[in-house]
Amino acid sequence: MHDQPSVAELVQAVKNFIDETAGPNLSGHAAFHARVASNALATVLRDLEQRPVAESEERKRLITLLGADDAATTEALNQMLSEQIQSGAMNTETAGLLAHLKATTMAQVEIDQPRYSGLKTAKS
Amino acid sequence: MGNNSDFETALRTLFTRVFGDTGSLEAFKRLSGGASQETWALSGGEQSVILRRAPGGTSMARSSAAIGLPAEAKLIQAAGAAGVPVPSVLHVLDERDGLGDGFLMSRILGETIARPILRDDAFSNARAQLAEQCGIALAAIHAIPTDGLPPELAVSDGLAQIAQYEEIYRGFEAPRPVFELTLQWLKSNLPESMPSVLVHGDFRLGNLMVDETGLAAVLDWELAHLGDRREDIAWVCVNSWRFGQSENRVGGFGQIETLLDAYNQKSGLSLTPRDIDWWEMLGSLKWGIMCMIMYEAFRSGADASVERAAIGRRVSETEIDLINLLEAAHA
Repeated sequence: MHDQPSVAELVQAVKNFIDETAGPNLSGHAAFHARVASNALATVLRDLEQRPVAESEERKRLITLLGADDAATTEALNQMLSEQIQSGAMNTETAGLLAHLKATTMAQVEIDQPRYSGLKTAKS
Repeated sequence: MGNNSDFETALRTLFTRVFGDTGSLEAFKRLSGGASQETWALSGGEQSVILRRAPGGTSMARSSAAIGLPAEAKLIQAAGAAGVPVPSVLHVLDERDGLGDGFLMSRILGETIARPILRDDAFSNARAQLAEQCGIALAAIHAIPTDGLPPELAVSDGLAQIAQYEEIYRGFEAPRPVFELTLQWLKSNLPESMPSVLVHGDFRLGNLMVDETGLAAVLDWELAHLGDRREDIAWVCVNSWRFGQSENRVGGFGQIETLLDAYNQKSGLSLTPRDIDWWEMLGSLKWGIMCMIMYEAFRSGADASVERAAIGRRVSETEIDLINLLEAAHA
């Protein structure tokens, strides 16, 4: 299989089309949706680039935090973590929990909305 | 309504019914494209008014919490009588009008969009006044006697809201450990309750009409309920409603001390910024779950728009805010 253009290049090309050709020809609600669409594609590009590393780091932290089997899927690990918190077995005093959630959430916001004010606060 | 010309005829008849010989309808324009309510600007002669009505005239509240337009009109009248800046309700639609549920109110000039209010030079004086004015307005809302209010108002305190939003969140079966930790923290750190008052329910930029002198009107009363006054004070402090100006805890424009000084002076209470913390955390959690609800409309196929899809990627904004608040609570 070939990769020219790559997925990222195709997404970038569609984003260019929205930003430079389609968007400027729209008005009102449609123009608003064009900006939302362009922003969504920017999220896709960041996701393609950043998710693999961010998820593998999240996974390592989850396995340590839960003392879990490293065969479990990330989804199952997060399910397990949610249950531990819901049952009260883990809380804000649990060593490493807040730090893990902060690192995971910061990586997520870096992809979703990197200019969000709350991310700056988290970094400071 | 059957079709556009039926609608226009009904508007003309309404205008004449309310304003008699002082004006006939010359222009009408849809202002908001909101899914919840339609807002129309009507003008003719010397009259310039707003029609707020249910979408397509059918009375379908945007959520089970919304009180409906006739009750909203009564609340606005009660708020006006209590000295809260609000539009004047000029007419509540009835069956004769053939326009569904809704009401006519005076048109207050100003700006509701957060970005210009927070950034434009034209609003620099307004920004300097707004936190104090919000404190005074909120104290006046919370002092409205509750015995004469519409029976549609739900009673919803902090615990009830945790239960309500937790149920919605669990229904999505999409576990988010940050929401789990927040739910547990809120339940373990419940503040002492306060007497029930009328709560606006959505007091923030977007629902406030602001002019060059500051707060001109408090709008959008459809989420009003009986509950805890701290909910209203905290909602305008939720970081999502600071629109990027995080350093100003009140709506991105002011300091909480300023708002509370004015509020306490009017109400005779002595609330402190720390009294607002728990409710701000609940507010961020609620907004995060509201974003999940809006995304669900896409996921379920009910609304295929890119906007509904993309809002699912805003849930993480509230998660980072919650992390920041949980860290501060444990510092």
